[in-house]
Formats: sequence, C-alpha cells, structure tokens
Amino acid sequence: MLQGHQTWVFQNRPVILSSAVVGGPFEAEGPLAEDFDLLHGDLWLGQDSYEKAEKKMLEEACEMATHKAGLQKQDIQFFLGGDLMNQIISSCFAARTLAVPFLGLYGACSTSMEGLALASLIVDSRAGRYVLCGTASHNSAAEKQYRYPTEYGSQKPPTAQWTVTAAGAALLGPEGDGPKVTSATIGRVVDMGVSDPFNMGGAMAPAAVDTITAHFRDLQISPGNYDLIATGDLGKVGYKIAVDLFKKQGLEIPEKAFVDCGLLIYGEDQPAVLAGGSGCGCSASVAYGHILNRLKKGELKRVLIVATGALLSPLSYQQKESIPCIAHAVSIESD
Amino acid sequence: MSDKKMKKLTPVQQEYQTFAKAREPRRPVLFNCLKAFLVGGGICLLGQGVQDFFIWNFDFTEKTAGDPTVAVMVMLSVILTVAGVYDHIAQWAGAGTAVPVTGFANSVAASAMEHRTEGFVLGVGGQMFKLAGSVIVYGVFAAFIIGLIKTGIAMLGGS
Repeated sequence: MLQGHQTWVFQNRPVILSSAVVGGPFEAEGPLAEDFDLLHGDLWLGQDSYEKAEKKMLEEACEMATHKAGLQKQDIQFFLGGDLMNQIISSCFAARTLAVPFLGLYGACSTSMEGLALASLIVDSRAGRYVLCGTASHNSAAEKQYRYPTEYGSQKPPTAQWTVTAAGAALLGPEGDGPKVTSATIGRVVDMGVSDPFNMGGAMAPAAVDTITAHFRDLQISPGNYDLIATGDLGKVGYKIAVDLFKKQGLEIPEKAFVDCGLLIYGEDQPAVLAGGSGCGCSASVAYGHILNRLKKGELKRVLIVATGALLSPLSYQQKESIPCIAHAVSIESD
Repeated sequence: MSDKKMKKLTPVQQEYQTFAKAREPRRPVLFNCLKAFLVGGGICLLGQGVQDFFIWNFDFTEKTAGDPTVAVMVMLSVILTVAGVYDHIAQWAGAGTAVPVTGFANSVAASAMEHRTEGFVLGVGGQMFKLAGSVIVYGVFAAFIIGLIKTGIAMLGGS
C-alpha cells in the first residue's frame, strides 16, 4: 500500500525464494567472484554475437533461480525483465525461451530494482503467486550500442565507467524461507543538466539522493534503520557526490553503511574500470548475489538497494540532450 | 563548461554542476599531452624508419616510398586492432594513437570487426566507415575548397 508520496509498503512481505547471478570473465577476477552462481570464461558464451551472449546469461540466471527454488517454469505467473539493448531484446528473447507471461521494463541500470519493486507489488497484492524478475548487461554489447566499437582506440576520461557483464534474477513468492521485501520507493526522473555520457555517476547521483531522501521521508525513518544502503552504479565520482549531497542536506549516513555496487564488484583498485562498474547487471549481480548472501548469512539484517539509471540513448546524446536519471529503492530484510 | 551552455540551465542545475565539478577527478592534461607527443612521435618515427628501409633496400625514391610505407603502417595497425591491443595502447596514449594512418586504419578495422555479426553487407560493408566516414567526407571537402582557392590564385596571376 502507498505510504507518503511514492513509497509502497508490502504488508504481506513477499519472500525472495531464490536468486541467481551469472557473470563474465572479467567479473570472475573481481573480489565478488565467490558470490556468482556461474561464471563464464568466454565473453561470447559460445554464441555468435555479444547480444546473444547477453540473452544467454539472462536465460541462465532465470533458469537457475527457478531451479534453486524447486519450481518449474510453468509455476511462475509472470516474468519482469529489462536490459540496455535497443527494444530490450535480451529480455524479450529470454522471455521467449522461458515462455512465461512477460512484462518488459526499461529503466536503464535501475531496471533491477524496478523489476524487484513491481514483482513484490504483484506478489504482495496476490495478483501472482510466483514472479520472476531479472536483468542483464554485457560490456561489449553496451559499448557497441552506446559508445564506439570495442576495439576502437579512444581514450576514456577518469569519470567513465565500465559496463558489467552479468545477469541477475530473483524469484519472489508469498511465503517461504528467504529475505523479505518490505518496501519500495519509486524514483522520479531527475536531470541536473549533465550531458557527458562519460560521467554517468555525476549525472545519476542527484537521482539516487532524491529517491533515498524520499524513502526516509515517506516512511519517516532514518538512515540508521538500515545496516547497509547500496546504490547501483554511481562509481567513484557519483558516490563521492552523493555522500557530499547527503552531508549538504544534513542527512547523516555513516560511510561504512553506504556502499556502491559499481565499486564493490571490481574492488576500488582496478584501474581498467576507471570510475567503477555500471550497467543493469551491476546492481543486479551485486544485489542478488553478494548482498542477498550476506543477508542469508545474517551479516546484515536490513538493507536498502537503490538502483540508479541514466535514461539516455546514443541518439539523445548526439542531439545534445542532457541525461535524465532515475533511481528506485527497495528495502529487503532478513528474519 | 562554456558560458553559453551554462545559461540554458536553471540555477539549481548550475549550482549542482559546480558542486559536481569540484568532486570530479582532474584530467591529467599535461601528462596526457606528453604521452600523446611521445607515442604519436614514436609512431611517426617508426613510419620514417619503414620509409628509409624501402629507400635503402629497394628501388624507391623519397616520393614513391610513401605508398608502401603507408601500407605497412596500416597493416601494423590492423594487426594490433585484431589482436585486441590497439585500444589498450590508445587508452594510455590518447591522441597519440590517433595519428592519421594508424588511427584511421584502427577505426575502420574496429568497426568492421564489431559489425561482423550483422553480416557482410549491412554489417561490415555498411558500418565499416561509421567512424572514418566523416574524416573522408570533410577531408575531401576541405581538399576541394583548398583546390578552388589554389586555382583562383593561379588564375589571378599568382604562382
């Protein structure tokens, strides 16, 4: 049910019955490799295009999540998915394989939490019993669509980010064992006029801050309510801006309890990724892998995951439009 | 950011951009220039070496050695691109690797490789010059204008 302006509180506390994350070769070298269910050594995944590889990863994540929950495809009522490709082809094609009623989403890199929030809403309102949500991104496919050919020699500035090659899926149900989704705050589009696509962190930080502030305002709670607040893919630049924006607003978030998935996935001392990781797969793989594992282990009790998305297209950038950004927050609690 | 661009933004956006700018890592412009100078110069030195090689060992003059030299440089660039090395060198060297012949070859080869998955006609053929195309268009156009000016001067009795 709605609380405040933009927050849903899930009274029936939908359960994340299972989740699965799949990663690529570069992610396998990162500090979170242990949290992946499946890691591929081949960037192509044996497919003949990067787009097909992305679809394959999403299919694998969805199938593994279903299998881990001890369910069959036909037990699932709805699949909510999205990705970065034009016309969200990876998700649509994965949905074709799954053959489950499908709703396609687009929220750029915020799609992971957009999907989780909507899936929770469906389960909470009893409009569906088992709902699967998932998203994926592939470094080379994203580079090809948004930037230059992968082998093209151009220098990226230190504010640029590295699109994560990963897929993550979560299966929600009305009852059972597992972390519970308690609330979700749907973000509004915030555009601070940043137009540099090589500085997405700087563009997205205000959206993350806006949604997090709205979440605390709507639920009338303080940051101390959470053991961990994780933003999706702000990277070094956006993270620093967000921390300072919170300070400016007088919202005290202890730095230890505030992390960014884009910084966690490759560690902070990986020079190849410049400012950090990004992409749909970034928040999805870190949230559905690393963070859910920590919740299950009891290291964390209450977390807020804030997936951030930059809603630009190569076309809008070429037409000199600034970058509209969005963030969606979902709170997950373990018993 | 230019003043013109700033004027279009609301005061809140302007304030944020100044706020954000102060938190961005500084681009090492001087160091980048030095790297570009060294790598760009290095590539030119290599090209000079190849040209001298052709002049000394074969029957080429300084003028005619240009063609085989360019062919060798293009080949080298394409080999490095296919091996997945050129983009890493470019990330370090910046503008240094954009020196015409090798940078141009890299942009064509990288685009062709990238779009191989869309087939030979719409993919490789159609997309090969998506980066290099504007260089050709404006290169030819600029040459045309210069040619007109040169002819104009000649017609007016210049030499």
